[in-house]
Amino acid sequence: MIGNALLGGLLVGLAAILMLVFNGRIMGISGIVGGIFNPSTRSQAWRYFFFSGMLLGGLVLKWLLPQALENTLPRNNLQLVLAGVLVGWGTRLGSGCTSGHGVCGVSRLSPRSLLATGIFMLFGILTVWIMNYWGLTK
Amino acid sequence: MNRENLSSLFCGFLFALGLGISGMTQPQKVISFLDLFGSWDPSLLFVMVGAISVYSIGYRWVQKKERPIFTPQFLIPSNRQIDSSLVLGSALFGMGWGIAGFCPGPALTSLVGLSQSVLVFVGTMLITMVLFETWQLRRSRK
Repeated sequence: MIGNALLGGLLVGLAAILMLVFNGRIMGISGIVGGIFNPSTRSQAWRYFFFSGMLLGGLVLKWLLPQALENTLPRNNLQLVLAGVLVGWGTRLGSGCTSGHGVCGVSRLSPRSLLATGIFMLFGILTVWIMNYWGLTK
Repeated sequence: MNRENLSSLFCGFLFALGLGISGMTQPQKVISFLDLFGSWDPSLLFVMVGAISVYSIGYRWVQKKERPIFTPQFLIPSNRQIDSSLVLGSALFGMGWGIAGFCPGPALTSLVGLSQSVLVFVGTMLITMVLFETWQLRRSRK
């Protein structure tokens, strides 16, 4: 479990640093995908290529490590929609998510990313606690 | 295909593999990791440890470089201002993460599983991102 987490984390870090070394960009997923919908973004093609790479990675996982894509968390559609809205709006308003702020920003010791990561971790922990407390898990 | 697009494709691929191997694409694991006051499972902490150690070391080395290998310049955010958008946005994101156990990267990686829960989550997330851009545009015109 810990070994897998560490190995996966090393690969995530490697992908992120290669993105910086070769393309000069921060590997932030909400920014890469959200930027597709921003009409003033000039360069677009690389965003589609990155996203395609993720889908290819997903296919390889589905083939070689199908348990990696198993979701056994009981959540109803209303909860999933609410979560999708909060994650979509929150990551764009806050300029980043777990990859851009949590990995790249924290490593760069960016004050904005350190704060953002602390806040989304805290609110994630509180939300799970409240949902368990009120028995909101379906 | 130019070199920039090819390396983007490769990085996206590597990123998705890393997420899958680490356990981040299993929302039940993410929720156990966030369940600090319940049955806490700290294993996902090591995803951050692994990713941050590689990136921290790599970043110190990259800082000495003039320019990236395939593109003319580094595009690294220089904003150091803490504002209400950053705080509010991160809080909203944290709530959504705690409800469904999905953050954007793992959710998009899981799309190929075609499970209903992922499709509902990702569909809503992408529509919301489109709405955000519209709102942002209107806000900047005022």
